[in-house]
Amino acid sequence: MSLKMPAPDEAVLARRAEIAAALRAIVPGEGVIDDRDALRVYESDGLTAYRQPPMLAVLPETTAQVSAILRWCHENGVKVVPRGAGTSLSGGALPLADGVLLGLAKFNQVLEVDYDARLAVVQPGVTNLAVTRAVEERGFYYAPDPSSQIACTIGGNVAENSGGVHCLKYGLTTNNVMGVEIVLMDGEIVRLGGRCLDAAGLDLLGVFVGSEGLLGVVTEVTVRILPKPETARALLIGFADVESAGRCVADVIAAGIIPAGMEMMDRPAIHAAEAFVQVGYPLDVEALLIVELDGPAAECVHLIGEVAEIADRNGAVMSRTSRDEAERLAFWAGRKAAFPAVGRLAPDYYCMDGTIPRRRLPEVLERMAALSERYGLGVANVFHAGDGNLHPLILYDANRPGELDRAEAFGNDILRLCVEVGGVLTGEHGVGVEKRDLMPEMFGETDLAQQQRIKCAFDPDLLLNPGKMFPVLHRCAELGRMHVHKGAVPFPELPRF
Amino acid sequence: MRLAPVSPDDLIAAVMDARRDGVALEIASGGSKRAIGLPDRETRIIDMAAFAGIVAYDPPELVLTVRPATRLAELEAILAAEGQMLAFDPFDHGPLLGKAPGAATIGGIVAAGVSGSRRLSAGGARDHLLGFAAISGRGEAFVAGGKVVKNVTGYDVSKLMAGSWGRLAILTELTLKILPRPRHVETLALRGLSEAAAMRVMARMMGSPAEVAAAAHLPGVEPLTLLRLEGFEPSVLARIAMLRTLLGEGDVLDRDEADALWRDVRTMAPLASAPVLWRISVPPGAGAACAARLPGDKIYDWAGALVWLGADVALDPSDVSRAAEAAGGHAMLVRGPPALRRAVPALHPQPPGVAALAARVKAAFDPDMILDPRRFMDPCDAD
Repeated sequence: MSLKMPAPDEAVLARRAEIAAALRAIVPGEGVIDDRDALRVYESDGLTAYRQPPMLAVLPETTAQVSAILRWCHENGVKVVPRGAGTSLSGGALPLADGVLLGLAKFNQVLEVDYDARLAVVQPGVTNLAVTRAVEERGFYYAPDPSSQIACTIGGNVAENSGGVHCLKYGLTTNNVMGVEIVLMDGEIVRLGGRCLDAAGLDLLGVFVGSEGLLGVVTEVTVRILPKPETARALLIGFADVESAGRCVADVIAAGIIPAGMEMMDRPAIHAAEAFVQVGYPLDVEALLIVELDGPAAECVHLIGEVAEIADRNGAVMSRTSRDEAERLAFWAGRKAAFPAVGRLAPDYYCMDGTIPRRRLPEVLERMAALSERYGLGVANVFHAGDGNLHPLILYDANRPGELDRAEAFGNDILRLCVEVGGVLTGEHGVGVEKRDLMPEMFGETDLAQQQRIKCAFDPDLLLNPGKMFPVLHRCAELGRMHVHKGAVPFPELPRF
Repeated sequence: MRLAPVSPDDLIAAVMDARRDGVALEIASGGSKRAIGLPDRETRIIDMAAFAGIVAYDPPELVLTVRPATRLAELEAILAAEGQMLAFDPFDHGPLLGKAPGAATIGGIVAAGVSGSRRLSAGGARDHLLGFAAISGRGEAFVAGGKVVKNVTGYDVSKLMAGSWGRLAILTELTLKILPRPRHVETLALRGLSEAAAMRVMARMMGSPAEVAAAAHLPGVEPLTLLRLEGFEPSVLARIAMLRTLLGEGDVLDRDEADALWRDVRTMAPLASAPVLWRISVPPGAGAACAARLPGDKIYDWAGALVWLGADVALDPSDVSRAAEAAGGHAMLVRGPPALRRAVPALHPQPPGVAALAARVKAAFDPDMILDPRRFMDPCDAD
């Protein structure tokens, strides 16, 4: 494995027993885990290629305990990695050999639901789906729906700014969170945002969401809940080539339609999904679209007509509209099973997450096919077509020497390609350790230094989740000095005003 | 002193000069909101006028890259020609502050986090800024975010920039998410509701599947509660019917009358004569209770999560902040005589922990505090 994490601090490792005792003084009983076998549970997250058991794990139950743990670790120079359900696909919760893993699993209560204000206050360890479960009786739901929603937690969603298939219409986590209670690395408890629609000062909540556990530990989240749409219906549309499918997507949006979901699958993904769940996907098409429309029945009927016509105009070779809820779910079943389905094609797969401007799709798929040949590894594509978020699934066999490294190199080339055509490294999975070393593809040194100074404002000693997101760890004092000294004027040759 | 830079390098030079001289910079684009905040600050004004125009607009990608001094009206016309819009419903503060309309620019709008009635359903300026280029208070050109609608690469610095009032960096380019314009709009009006009853009705309707795009209440002798529905015609008509069934009443307003009323909510024309104008942001539905003991003329937007209060100079500003805080919200002094603006920070002061964190974040961008540090009398002034 080529990944480099910060070298473990031997002095900290030598204090392991003392640190465990100090943590036990804060979280009594079984809340502190130091048994080496038990710690293996935490050795990786959803990005299983990387494994590293933590030095210790602690499972607090109250904000006061989180605060005391962080304060003690801060005073003693011990690194901390926060963890929700551990479903991160970018290694955001990968432990450190000399770090304490802070698990928020015991924060699992829905604290309050206010239907008049349309919000729910939950603890960070509540799963994404459990928020919807808590409010669906009254006809509400929580909109962001990452595919891991049965397991992933709201705290993790906040850290990663998670998306889902519905985010073109309903937004990512950041657009659906109103406030958080967080604990800073020095133990200070701070509330960002609240229940209002805007911030009184700087939008610190906005920069906190998606900060991948580097800025603070979430201990409470206030989310916006929405009334459930009256109906939802889906179309399944097949095309003889990717270009036509791409044009169809663009025309739907040009017609002023923002579907609740608009997914595309390429030929390998269609075949894998159909073989796995047998829902009647056409096998003679190069691209398959699922377009979901939601809202009042009248709206769905109207828009289905519009979308079907646009599909026709773009040369769709097949088009079916869901007649009932069972059929709508069947249309989705293949797409939702795409990952495990592709998993049957090869012992392992590696899921990428770049975003591109949609119109570059045919070119990107073509170049991806060339890369696939060069690396000798298969690739299947599922694609959030509405927002240009690609999920290429690279097929490999970790038991064959060198294949994992090749899969990673292939993946990195795909992400470089995304950036080259005007896109980004990650649409919803986060940078974590996975894309950390690719950040310079997208950002210059000055851009990254500016982001790291934000980190320094929250955690000046860089003790919280270090080794993630940034390819080079600069000490904060060093960042303060970079490039300019007060009074020194660069570009002396420029004309003055 | 007024500087008129024409390039990012000029801006860098201006920032470095300011750092050397220990002088504050005030970033002015259209200048429509200059009358907000502490008056008569000693600053060098950076006139951004040269940074205007569209860099790239790709309607099917829903993405627009634009320079900050582009006028809002011009931009909206260009988007409308493609059947699209800025969904956060930005508006021009000029007329609110005694200026001619039309000066507002997109840079100023985003920097001030200005969002109109549709903020309730579509999100605010912060939710539509995808990425940007800027010159920091350190005098460094940097970028953050991206130019696609879905991106989580790195910290979401765009959120910080939206609503930062030019206190972190000088925007030189903004990339915004654009959305289709609704093809059909109708407004349902209820008459004669008390403020408290209007809050309850708006909350109930927002909780229905009718997808209300905007909800406002205009109290007064003939109180009006407005519910706006947007979308495709068959859908809007079905949802109007849904609302009328739920409410048992309600008139669909004539298009011109509805437009005029929503324009009133947007421009605060009914509060034009009030010498003092407060904007109080509270949890959804809390508006009426919060404003109940505050004398003045009111307009409620965002289903009661926003109160515009036109008041007399005699109203004690601490009554307003106390009422806002008691409701779990915050109050902004939008308009007032200079004496009041000297005494009261325009933005509501934050609790000490948050204020200290905000000051550290500002210092991360602007270590010498040269980007308009006095305007809101932030505690970081002390540093």
